[in-house]
Amino acid sequence: MMKHIKTIVGKEWAEVFKNRMVLFTLIFMPLIFTILPLAMLYFTGQGMDEMASVTTADVPAEFLSVCGEGMGANECMQIYVVNQFLLLFMMIPVIIPVTIAAYSVVGEKTTHSLEPLLATPITTFELLAGKSLAAALPAIIVGWAAFGLFLGALPLIGVTRAVFAYIASPTWLLAIFVAGPLMAIAAVNLAIFISSRVNDPRTAEQISALLIIPILGLLFAQLAGVIVINVMVMMSFIGGMALLDVGMVYLGTTIFQRETILTRWK
Amino acid sequence: MIETKQLTKIFKIKKSPDVPAVVDLTLSVAEGEVFGFLGPNGAGKTTTVRMLTSLIGPTSGAAWVNGFKVGEKDQDIRRSVGILTESPGLYERLSAVKNLAIYANLYDVEQVDRQVEKYLRMLGLWSRRDDPVGSFSKGMRQKLAIARALLHEPKLLFLDEPTSGLDPEAARLVRSFVQELSEQGRTIFLCTHNLNEADRLCDRIGIFKSRLIEIDTPENLRKKLFGRKVVFHLREINPRWIDSIKAFAGVENVQPVDEKLVVSMDNPQVLNPQIIRMLVESGADVQFVGELRHSLEEIYLQTMRETEQEGQA
Ligand SMILES: Nc1ncnc2c1ncn2[C@@H]1O[C@H](COP(=O)(O)OP(=O)(O)OP(=O)(O)O)[C@@H](O)[C@H]1O
Ligand SMILES: [Mg+2]
Repeated sequence: MMKHIKTIVGKEWAEVFKNRMVLFTLIFMPLIFTILPLAMLYFTGQGMDEMASVTTADVPAEFLSVCGEGMGANECMQIYVVNQFLLLFMMIPVIIPVTIAAYSVVGEKTTHSLEPLLATPITTFELLAGKSLAAALPAIIVGWAAFGLFLGALPLIGVTRAVFAYIASPTWLLAIFVAGPLMAIAAVNLAIFISSRVNDPRTAEQISALLIIPILGLLFAQLAGVIVINVMVMMSFIGGMALLDVGMVYLGTTIFQRETILTRWK
Repeated sequence: MIETKQLTKIFKIKKSPDVPAVVDLTLSVAEGEVFGFLGPNGAGKTTTVRMLTSLIGPTSGAAWVNGFKVGEKDQDIRRSVGILTESPGLYERLSAVKNLAIYANLYDVEQVDRQVEKYLRMLGLWSRRDDPVGSFSKGMRQKLAIARALLHEPKLLFLDEPTSGLDPEAARLVRSFVQELSEQGRTIFLCTHNLNEADRLCDRIGIFKSRLIEIDTPENLRKKLFGRKVVFHLREINPRWIDSIKAFAGVENVQPVDEKLVVSMDNPQVLNPQIIRMLVESGADVQFVGELRHSLEEIYLQTMRETEQEGQA
């Protein structure tokens, strides 16, 4: 079984990494998502120094709870800013696998390579697992690499110890190491599921990208001061994602019907 | 090897009438046989192959492939048959070797490299093994797809129009390869429009258009539709000889055409010597004697015509 899954993963990667568009997404998007928060942090820090008049009053009241006792106003401001970018990091494992996975079934359908593939003794689970892993693994790894880069660069732009400690805190670590992969799995399954129903990779991509809506929801909720992303919020988010994943994997393997995919052209 | 009982596939499409692609197909293909599945576009050949390779399920009826029942032992069926699909469906960005290696792994072939090399060499693709398949010609792709169907050494092979779109040279190559596979003892289910191909390669032929119309050896199909005909070329024809020939038991009809007599008969092996002796003794100059063979094309067209007439009646 593992051999079949590995074969599919290897095949997907061999194909995907020859696709410039995918490579571009895989490299540039995480880079941008890393550089942007670093730049923001840097300029927030600089600006604060000049006008030392910033007080805790400038930080949204709801957010003060996140800043520790005795934390300076500009540090708190930095944390507030950087907290928005946490959500950007969480988008990496959604957007990348969607690009890869959207092509994975629709692509094979349009090139007619799905038929000989389905004629082999591969099981539906093996096929889906292979395709999911092939799309999710690079996204998860790239997401982690981007976060590593971000952490490594933080001292260079001169953030204070308190800010660094905040970023390397459970909320962020949970987001990057648990929520990220869970979102990747959900995104991939959704993309595969949708791409088995449509005949155009772009449509599959666009529909699957709707999955970033919950993240955007969190982002705007935080900006609007409705919620503050802390460990509790993150844990609930993870719980929700985990449930969604279980449902999606189950739905995927039961709904993915070889015959329908091969014969339905709608 | 293959056994079907009233195998039926009806495609249901939303808001349009159902398409009965295959209806009540009952046939059996024996081990080692090359079975030709002949029918016009849209006859349901591909649909039949898809059912027999467990790619799609039948609407009703049953089928057994290599002893495994379709719909119950699909995994075993997929493992034990090879299929050349209608379109090659290769991974264009990947090399020929890579394409085959993927399939060798999916078919759980033990010596992947050895099998891949064996078939790439056999089909003359070895020198292009590392090129992306996207750069291959149609014939090369077809050969690669055939190689892919053979990696796991299946005893039963489904070939869906293996020579369609190939130039005569490439088509001949593929045909002789199919011949070779048959000589190795493999059973072959061959879908084709090419009647010469079917005539040359197949032990038995099924003429099919949603339903099985005729099924027999090419020879018997000829006999069934046209009887056997022998042509006697004479220097000149004496009308009396026509009646003399008609008098032989077993001769069904004699037709003079120019300087020829076309004789329909049951068993030429027995009758020809007698007729020739009679003609020579009556003073005829017999120049040539030969059997009038109808091409499979005529048989096929005749069958289709008859089916249409029946349909109208
Ligand atoms: N997925 C599908 N959905 C609906 N109808 C289909 C589908 N596949 C095939 N059909 C219909 O079933 C019939 C038989 O098609 P099939 O492809 O089996 O014919 P064929 O004999 O292989 O033809 P060809 O010689 O052109 O390859 C056709 O009328 C076709 O339109
Ligand atoms: Mg066909």
